[in-house]
Amino acid sequence: MNTELIFEIHFPAKADRLCLVRALVKRAGELTGCNSELTDKLVIALNEACMNVIQHAYKNDEPGEIVLKILNNGSHLIFRLTDFAAPIDLDSVKPRELEDLRPGGLGVYFIREIMDECRIGHLDGGAGNYLEMKKKID
Amino acid sequence: MKYNTREAGGYAVLELSGDVDLSCSPDARKQILQCLEGGKHLLVDLSGVTYIDSSGVASLVEGYQTARKKQLRFGLVGVSEAAMNVLQLARLDKVFPIHATVGDRLQADG
Repeated sequence: MNTELIFEIHFPAKADRLCLVRALVKRAGELTGCNSELTDKLVIALNEACMNVIQHAYKNDEPGEIVLKILNNGSHLIFRLTDFAAPIDLDSVKPRELEDLRPGGLGVYFIREIMDECRIGHLDGGAGNYLEMKKKID
Repeated sequence: MKYNTREAGGYAVLELSGDVDLSCSPDARKQILQCLEGGKHLLVDLSGVTYIDSSGVASLVEGYQTARKKQLRFGLVGVSEAAMNVLQLARLDKVFPIHATVGDRLQADG
């Protein structure tokens, strides 16, 4: 199967848009035949990924745009998240130990726990950052 | 997110409902900490929570840790399936005291 675009959306990096992202990801999961358990996990991972862009790339108050693209290559759903903020410190993107009980720091852990593959990087010319995640679907 | 507070058996009970995400978790955090500032033991009722993200969970963790420092009791009751999925992912279902109802918690307190 060729890789099929499920949808691509551009939205402001604002917390009140997250509910819209969750709704779209949920429907995308259902559309591609994911069961409810898998769909719920995809929603969690994508919500956390967008949160990280809002909080850490755009630092909660800088205006900015997020682009979310979802593709299906037949065996995997591929999620590409792009922002146009200043390049982030890639070494700082790591999950914390769960035994270290404190508020915060769970987002990266959730993403890596749920997704089969994750790749982060900078856009060419320092134009922003990207996060690509893949999840195997039956 | 909506919230409501009531009292039961010596506890403040904070009922959260709807989605507890980054757009409103600061409100959840504020309500949790205000209840504890009042010197009351606190139960957070999550039966109406349809979604909670890591920022919402962070508010619960901060409440739990603040309660411990103040030597106040803290727990969760009526955790919805959506909330439990996230707590289990974070392995916090083994950290927070969790009961099905306020009554169950009061009974457990003895």
